[in-house]
Amino acid sequence: MSAAQILNVEHLTMRFGGLVAVSALSFSARVHEITALIGPNGAGKTTLFNCITGFYKPTVGRLQLTHPDGSSFLLERLPEFRIAREARVARTFQNVRLFAGMTLLENLLVAQHNALMLASGFTVLGLFGSRAYARAEARAIDKARYWLDRIGLAARADDPAGALPYGAQRRLEIARALCTDPVLLCLDEPAAGLNNRESAELNLLLRAIRDEHGTSILLIEHDMGVVMEISDHIVVLDYGVKIADGAPAEVRNDAKVIAAYLGVADAEVEHAEAEAAP
Amino acid sequence: MSERAPRVPRESGRFNPREVLAAAKEAAVAALVALGLFVLLIGVRTDQGPTGALVIRTRFGALAAIVAAVFVGRLVLALARHDARLSIGRLAPAALRAALSGLGIYAAAAFLAFALIVPIVFYTDRYLLDLAILIVTYTMLGFGLNIVVGLAGLLDLGYVAFYAVGAYSYALIAQHFGLSFWICLPLAGILAAFAGLILGFPVLRLRGDYLAIVTLGFGEIIRLILLNWQDLTGGPNGISEIARPSFFGLPFNSTAHGFAATFGLTYSPTHRIVFLYYIILALALITNWVTLRLRRLPIGRAWEALREDEIACRALGINTTTTKLTAFAMGAMFGGFAGAFFATRQGFISPESFTFGESALVLTIVVLGGRGSQLGVAVAATVMLGGFEFFREFEQYRMLVFGAAMVAIVIYRPRGLVATRTPSVSLGARTDIPAAIAGGARTETPA
Repeated sequence: MSAAQILNVEHLTMRFGGLVAVSALSFSARVHEITALIGPNGAGKTTLFNCITGFYKPTVGRLQLTHPDGSSFLLERLPEFRIAREARVARTFQNVRLFAGMTLLENLLVAQHNALMLASGFTVLGLFGSRAYARAEARAIDKARYWLDRIGLAARADDPAGALPYGAQRRLEIARALCTDPVLLCLDEPAAGLNNRESAELNLLLRAIRDEHGTSILLIEHDMGVVMEISDHIVVLDYGVKIADGAPAEVRNDAKVIAAYLGVADAEVEHAEAEAAP
Repeated sequence: MSERAPRVPRESGRFNPREVLAAAKEAAVAALVALGLFVLLIGVRTDQGPTGALVIRTRFGALAAIVAAVFVGRLVLALARHDARLSIGRLAPAALRAALSGLGIYAAAAFLAFALIVPIVFYTDRYLLDLAILIVTYTMLGFGLNIVVGLAGLLDLGYVAFYAVGAYSYALIAQHFGLSFWICLPLAGILAAFAGLILGFPVLRLRGDYLAIVTLGFGEIIRLILLNWQDLTGGPNGISEIARPSFFGLPFNSTAHGFAATFGLTYSPTHRIVFLYYIILALALITNWVTLRLRRLPIGRAWEALREDEIACRALGINTTTTKLTAFAMGAMFGGFAGAFFATRQGFISPESFTFGESALVLTIVVLGGRGSQLGVAVAATVMLGGFEFFREFEQYRMLVFGAAMVAIVIYRPRGLVATRTPSVSLGARTDIPAAIAGGARTETPA
């Protein structure tokens, strides 16, 4: 492959007591691509996300993130807020986590906290009404407005996020993650609970993010329609182990993947049991 | 009418017999409970007889009256519940409520204007001036605690510790170094902010109930240190003869260099009281201004985001450690200013002034006022402390009144007097966020 790698996962293992959620997993995601992580429930996908974004510290393994400009970060050594701030990895959550009592605009401004904090001279200059801070805030509002336009929620900018319908909340969470200017965007089941029209819109949005903004995307998804249509590269997990890795067409026809999703024929089970019996 | 008929508002006042019967049954049960409760409390009483021995005196008449009162009260309540005409919604129609919520800004302005003229209106009433100073002091404490509890959502039950640190800092620095109030005031604030940081570090990982317990403990630790560190704080004897503030170097006394003599006035002790009132009012207004300003800055938005969802904050690159610590330090600093003022006003401080009751009172003011609302805090402080004084003649019953008022507020305004939230920034017209959506934090692990 010629494209540069953005994320390189090596021998990642995550244990919770006796339970091995992710076991010696290695794969890489490439720049400007949409990489999908799929697998049955409990395969360790969200655990992997929590390791990448620093909410869990992996038991063993290395997570190397390389920016397009060449700077590189070892994610397993950074606390989660520095992964978001310095390594510029943004994420969304499986069960949407918005600031429900704050408006859409406020949600997107909180996402630009670090830039605004710097502009407000760590609050001191901002407290005395510095011009530079006012300009920085205006720019931040412009950026928020841009993303609200892109997700089709500009008209509701001043409504509380908690009042939005579910599909719109999912889009807002993606927009909020994008307001941090990420190089890698991790989306945990962005299409869950969306209807067909909404997931078609989501496909368009994700492609646009990749093509126009050059953001690489790592995606957990159960909706195979979405996965097969927009992914450039798919990694399949089952019981914390990688069972397939490749382009959508290859993965779709992989025997192990089909077995993991659909189970195996009875004859094969009987055969295996006969072998296991003394 | 079927048994499960929907309860629709009816124009006529008539009840159907089934409802009346059900209500009577409910009232009878309540009366029975009352009988069980009061038969020994009220029905039987032991008195000293003529020979000095205890005799039992029965008061069945009083008992019957109480039980009857419970029966009737419960019956009326049960019937009222069935009759939509008596519901709260009917008593305060939507139009009236909308009008009231629009009044917020005018109410705040009127409140401020009144606060400014209090010493002029009540110049001759020393008692009311003292009460006004007390109310404004607690309003300021409420503003300070509002940063921690209302904005950042960190439940702090030991806020009085910072009040104490501020008071003792001022008293000790003023006594040992002979510095004036105006130099000691910022020092007291800074020292209290440090105390806030010291408390903040160990409790960073705690949330909700656990945080509340540890802060409660911190408040007690500070009080016990003040009580036992005799050499420094004077222990239970406290510190007396604390320096009074001067008016740009002019002391408030009857000497030729005093405030009154310099301005050609007849000396009156009220001058100093009025001066103190304006000091604390200015401090409270500064606290208010800073808080409102902070809310619109990134740090204030981060505090509110922290209250809404801490995990989402961390995923957005916000350092929750420093964000929480700044909230603690800011709240503590204003508590410290108020403490320094308290010390200079009283002229005497001892650990007795900084008990858990004070923390509870300030927290009650914040919760009753509506977490995050500045106007709500000011109104709640006035109502609470004013109410305490107003009902003083009822003696021990005023606690009963206070408790009943509390219960009423919790039932009818569970999120405080001012429960709506004003957005910190908006594209169009600023509209308040209704109470049902504002607030309510989630604290699970990420999924």
